[in-house]
Amino acid sequence: MEEISLKAQQLFSISGFNVTNGLLMTLIASLVLIVFFIVLKSKIKMVPGKLQGAVEMGMEGLLGLMESTLGSMEKAEKYFPLVATIFIFILTSNLLGIFPGVGSLMFHSGGHEAPLFRSPAADLNFTLAFAVISVILTNIIGMASVGAFKHLGKYINFKGPIDFFIGILELISELAKIISLSFRLFGNVFAGEVLLTIISFLAPYIIPLPFLFLEVFVGMIQAFIFAMITLVSISLHTATHEH
Amino acid sequence: MDAESIKALAVAGTIVLGAIFPAVSIGWIGSSALKAIGRNPEAASKVQTMAILAIAFAEAIAIYALVIALIIKFVA
Repeated sequence: MEEISLKAQQLFSISGFNVTNGLLMTLIASLVLIVFFIVLKSKIKMVPGKLQGAVEMGMEGLLGLMESTLGSMEKAEKYFPLVATIFIFILTSNLLGIFPGVGSLMFHSGGHEAPLFRSPAADLNFTLAFAVISVILTNIIGMASVGAFKHLGKYINFKGPIDFFIGILELISELAKIISLSFRLFGNVFAGEVLLTIISFLAPYIIPLPFLFLEVFVGMIQAFIFAMITLVSISLHTATHEH
Repeated sequence: MDAESIKALAVAGTIVLGAIFPAVSIGWIGSSALKAIGRNPEAASKVQTMAILAIAFAEAIAIYALVIALIIKFVA
């Protein structure tokens, strides 16, 4: 049985920078998305065909969800790129990670062998990067929308001892959000990979089918959850209290 | 009781204990979501969105326990 490794395995190194199988799969996922959307954009018509219609339906669904959470359509359109990119990229990388060949095609080089492809979110670096970007950007969005001092005043305010401690707790909660976002996505996808590896090792025919369905479902839900948590924290940070 | 068997016990104990409370809480969230939808079918999609979010938060705790168990098993 092939070994299960917590870290993405190195394939080769380019002048000291080691290229891992997770990095390779991330590049493939990005390429797929870039090519798809460039081709879609070049064929845009006023009366949409089926593919353009489907993409527009998806975008409008996401916009509607954002509007119901954020309150106004102009806010939804303003923050749409961040939330939609997080959702689409994580969804694509989770779905690509279930393709046949991911985790099973081996790459031999100089004595050690490793899987050629690995689900991108099964690498903690990928999920940690997304979590850090999400938290830092939502704070910058909060600062841009209500003003830097008012936003920072939520974390450090000296109005009284209780308020001071609540501010510190809010700061710690933002850091905890980074950890929880990254570990939720990493744990789900990595555990799914381990599960599929073990089930395919034990009973390769027909039995892995329900587990593959579970993995597809979990991949979609986790992408949605990550985007929703980002959306909810944007709506919390840009909330203008009108009493 | 050598190190290897304690390690195996630790791996099993971590995931067993770490999955009990998230399972209970997910069942609780699901049940109250069902009751809420039953009382007010119009708000079904709002309740559903909130319920999925809450279930993912609760499941994250079980995932933390799973990641610790995997770390204990595969990284010493």
